[in-house]
Amino acid sequence: MEESRLRALIPEVIGVLVRRGADFASAEDAVQEALVKAIETWPADPPRDAKGWLVTVSWRRYLDLRRSEHARHGREVAVDLEPPQGPVPEVDDTLRLYFLCAHPSLPPGSAVALTLRAVGGLTTRQIAEAHLVPESTMGQRISRAKRRIAEVSLDQPGDLATVLRVLYLIYNEGHSGEVDLATEAIRVTRQLAAAVDDPEVAGLLALMLLHHARRAARTGPAGRLVPLAEQDRSRWDTALIAEGVQVLQAALARDRLGEYQAQAAIAALHADARRFEETDWVQIVEWYDELVARTGSAVARLNRAVAVGEADGAPAGLAALAEVDPGLPRHTAASAYLHEKAGRLADAADLYAAAARAASNPAERDHLIRRAARLRQAASG
Amino acid sequence: MAKYLLLKHYRGAPAPVNDVPMDRWAPEEIDAHVAYMQDFATKLEESGEYVDGQALAPDGAFVRYDGEGRPPVVDGPFAETKDLVAGWMVIDVDSWERAVELAGELSAAPGAGGKPIHEWLEVRPFLGAPPTVTD
Repeated sequence: MEESRLRALIPEVIGVLVRRGADFASAEDAVQEALVKAIETWPADPPRDAKGWLVTVSWRRYLDLRRSEHARHGREVAVDLEPPQGPVPEVDDTLRLYFLCAHPSLPPGSAVALTLRAVGGLTTRQIAEAHLVPESTMGQRISRAKRRIAEVSLDQPGDLATVLRVLYLIYNEGHSGEVDLATEAIRVTRQLAAAVDDPEVAGLLALMLLHHARRAARTGPAGRLVPLAEQDRSRWDTALIAEGVQVLQAALARDRLGEYQAQAAIAALHADARRFEETDWVQIVEWYDELVARTGSAVARLNRAVAVGEADGAPAGLAALAEVDPGLPRHTAASAYLHEKAGRLADAADLYAAAARAASNPAERDHLIRRAARLRQAASG
Repeated sequence: MAKYLLLKHYRGAPAPVNDVPMDRWAPEEIDAHVAYMQDFATKLEESGEYVDGQALAPDGAFVRYDGEGRPPVVDGPFAETKDLVAGWMVIDVDSWERAVELAGELSAAPGAGGKPIHEWLEVRPFLGAPPTVTD
């Protein structure tokens, strides 16, 4: 069985244990242990009924955990060995799990970790590796998060906006390790979109698909960053683009616009252009206007200034940029780009070099220093 | 085995032989440099000597406790600070000699004109755990 299919079973199995009366924290621990065991033993000895195996093993594990807990406390407490009889209530446990793991009371980093484990079905080791922290650190982060939400009832309505923010974070953070978190983010967002009918969920899914489509074109040899303008668009994944556009159009037709749909619309306009020069910047600026009006986001304002530079020329872009907080990350990089576009190459080179010093990651830093070097070379040669 | 820290400085190390700021190199020279650094790390991973490598942003601040019930004091960054660390690599090797050999190799990374930078790297041994047998 593929690991992604195994992962998809995890929230369901947690749901079964919780319905049988287990508390969320213990159920989640027990299922995690069953998952680790499954990854170890299934390749050599695959079960016929994967979900049945996971339920049996994790329920047994849950009972063991309960027993040892009671033994530690030196009391005799009867534990229900048999699951309660009767019909299983038809509730959408998966959706509740999303709300719980991304509960507004959790700090974002903890919500990300807990969502990846309970909803995404990843092991603590995989999550730790992806975030470059020791496994024990990640284990603690998850335990603390579970203690924090122990009081929250699974029946409380959740906050969808927080869930979307957490999924967006998972997709958008830089990651490493054996598990591709961007793909996982898409998988769990798809799962969410199937469980809840909401245009913003669809908008986020479309946004992820449309950006994921550019993935192969985004990095060159040795992990070198390739900016949108220079990407080989024949390497964009047309199937992902088609799906993203379809999901987005269905969402937009509902006429309940939100920030993720607006961002996806911008990505879709980029996807429409076969060449960078064919980009419909006028429409893109309109979507940024929409985004700024909705969110007041400084980052949206910054990106809007660059789009204005493309739509109405570099001077207009620089004028728009002058209205944006200069302390913003990437402000200097945007300024460098617009100066280059305006033909002020010496200034642009200085700005690129300054932007490289302010970069928050080595790939961006190397990209910016290369731009500076290229302009200086052109100026001297 | 013993762990060593190879420290790279923005400021504070003696000037390298090939001392040209990176934005004045040719773009291909930057590519060659980045590739050299990646190959070096990969090679150490393969030999089982690599532990960690990180780059640091040049900006930061000094912070200190300012007494009960008061927020910490945040100061800087200080332009006059003599020593500014740019990044590090932690290696786990058999000897000081091996650490020096590797630091020398890292310092040979190509720079302007495709020539080695001869950058000064600081090599610092980690303090370890006390040995079990001491007599």
